[in-house]
Amino acid sequence: MSETLRRPAFWALAGGTALLLALPFYLDAFWLQTGLFAISAAIGAIGLNLLTGATGQLSMGHAFFLAVGAYGYVYLASDDGAHVSGLGVPTPLAFVGAVVLAGVAGGLFSPIAGRLRGTYLGIASLALIFVGQHLLMNVEGVTGGFNGRDVPPLELFGLRFDDSPDLVVFNIPLGALERLWFLAVALLIPAAWIARGIVRGRPGRAMNTIRDHEVAASVMGVPVARYRAGVFVLSSMYAGAAGALLALVFRRTVPEYFGMFLSLDYLAMIVIGGLGTAAGAIAGAVFVSVLPQLLTRFGGELPLVSAPGTGGVSPAEAARILYGAAVVAVVLFLPGGLVGLWTRLRLRITARRRPPAPLTRLDNKEQPA
Amino acid sequence: MSTFIELVVNGVASGSVYALIALGFVIIFKATEVVNFAHASLLLVGGYLTAVLHDDIGFLPALAAGIAGAAAIGALVELLVLRRANVENHAVLAIVTIGVDIVLTTELTRRIGTEVMSLGDPWQNEILTVGGVSIPHTRIAALVVAAVLITAFLLAFRYTSWGVAMRAAAEDGEAAALMGIRLSRVSLGAWAVAGGLAAVAALFLTVFPTPGLDRSTSFAAMKAFPAAILGGLDSTTGALVGGLIIGLTESLVTGYQGDLTFLGRGAGDVAPFLVMFAILLIRPAGLFGTRELTRV
Repeated sequence: MSETLRRPAFWALAGGTALLLALPFYLDAFWLQTGLFAISAAIGAIGLNLLTGATGQLSMGHAFFLAVGAYGYVYLASDDGAHVSGLGVPTPLAFVGAVVLAGVAGGLFSPIAGRLRGTYLGIASLALIFVGQHLLMNVEGVTGGFNGRDVPPLELFGLRFDDSPDLVVFNIPLGALERLWFLAVALLIPAAWIARGIVRGRPGRAMNTIRDHEVAASVMGVPVARYRAGVFVLSSMYAGAAGALLALVFRRTVPEYFGMFLSLDYLAMIVIGGLGTAAGAIAGAVFVSVLPQLLTRFGGELPLVSAPGTGGVSPAEAARILYGAAVVAVVLFLPGGLVGLWTRLRLRITARRRPPAPLTRLDNKEQPA
Repeated sequence: MSTFIELVVNGVASGSVYALIALGFVIIFKATEVVNFAHASLLLVGGYLTAVLHDDIGFLPALAAGIAGAAAIGALVELLVLRRANVENHAVLAIVTIGVDIVLTTELTRRIGTEVMSLGDPWQNEILTVGGVSIPHTRIAALVVAAVLITAFLLAFRYTSWGVAMRAAAEDGEAAALMGIRLSRVSLGAWAVAGGLAAVAALFLTVFPTPGLDRSTSFAAMKAFPAAILGGLDSTTGALVGGLIIGLTESLVTGYQGDLTFLGRGAGDVAPFLVMFAILLIRPAGLFGTRELTRV
């Protein structure tokens, strides 16, 4: 334990968590909502990074699984209405059910996902988006069709994640966004921790080998097909959790949101942040979700960006162009993404601070007699 | 019966347009092993240039400008981005083209805005009626132009030195380079040709009965992806057959929508993807794609 306490990484992590928990007491609603989008995006991106980054399976269908999570939660948690049906399951169970449902959807796709290679899989999963949009528009009893449907607030141990009843802590009224923030942080930390454990452990090695050389992986005894199907299911479950969380933040689910652009956003996140690690997914998710909001807030002071509808480049479009360009730039100039940049900076600093350790004794030992 | 014939003719015509797009996609894949997700935006570039210019300089010069523009953008993407990307992993290269696609599509859809632009084609909404079967002129033009272009391309692929270089590069890049083939030129040419074909396809995707070039045109172009993949990504024959299958499926499902209500509204847009699922389940490398055999 004392060993852990002395490591700077531990303190950075503890400090980061404390900061995350303190933020809702200081941020206004705009930034809280932005932050909530970023956290849910981070959870989804971690899942995609396990699949695309660590295992090398290109998926353009991530938005479909987000939709399954979001609509799964709504369907399970809602009561029967006039036009739409629901199961009326207690909301925490509905949340878990949504995650499981997304996993099942991923499992149903695995006969295809397990057999197709790289780009074939990318395009086949692109089809999921179109099929998903079609279902969301047409199965009106479950999804509410074009107009979507309302999301019932989550209720956990008597605490409603809603604006009423009032809850005041340290003289700060905690509304729906603040409460959801704590829920989101409570989901993000285990999500990142589990993914980190998977990537660094034995399954991670197997996944990376599959990415680098499938034949080599199977020769070394990795059950390739099972791993690929398994990672697909896991990544869909992450997407399901992210989708359900997003639904809670939006308070209404609409089919339009879960289109192709969302999938492209997620791919941009993991490339910009850094392929193959949970930290990369989080960094990329923050970058891609905060950038448009930053441009919206401060767009007035920037050249080339103008208010929406005036004919110029709107903040959302400027952000989109910027992170499209960022994807290209990262692959060309910054292999490893933001996280790779950080690692390189850190290595340079430690290399300067500490002179290289003398290796003479070891060298002597290794000399053949 | 006449409805059926109309639907089949329409399906073959739009299928041949999809085949044009898929062909460009396959050419790029063969030459550089990159799956070009920016293909839909190249198509949009060509369509947009034609739509903007046709009022001032007339339809044919505008179309030529559109083709040249899309070819130039394609070549630029190869020259500035893909040539410089020093990565082994082809999934990462595919993601780079997604980045390019995001930039191009955002800028073009912003310029197009909420407008529906006409490309100023000479056929307009005229319809030819033969024995109770009515076919729009645009469909006939699409069929003829696509057939001519595809034949010309396949002949060039077979007989010109450019085609030989391309096939050699696709067969074994290293050996081809040792024989004096400049791989960089081959891939530049592939991107330019693919861009040009996409621009022609843009014309026929946006003419009657489609209202015109608008934001959703790039989604229409997406249907060429299943066309390329169900035929097999590395097969030109596959692109043609795939295009026809997609075109026919879409046309028939849309046409008989009344009898297929259980599929829901707009099933014609999804049916191509379902057909692709079915084919990939049986043949994971597409109908004509080379199966990757590995021997250890």
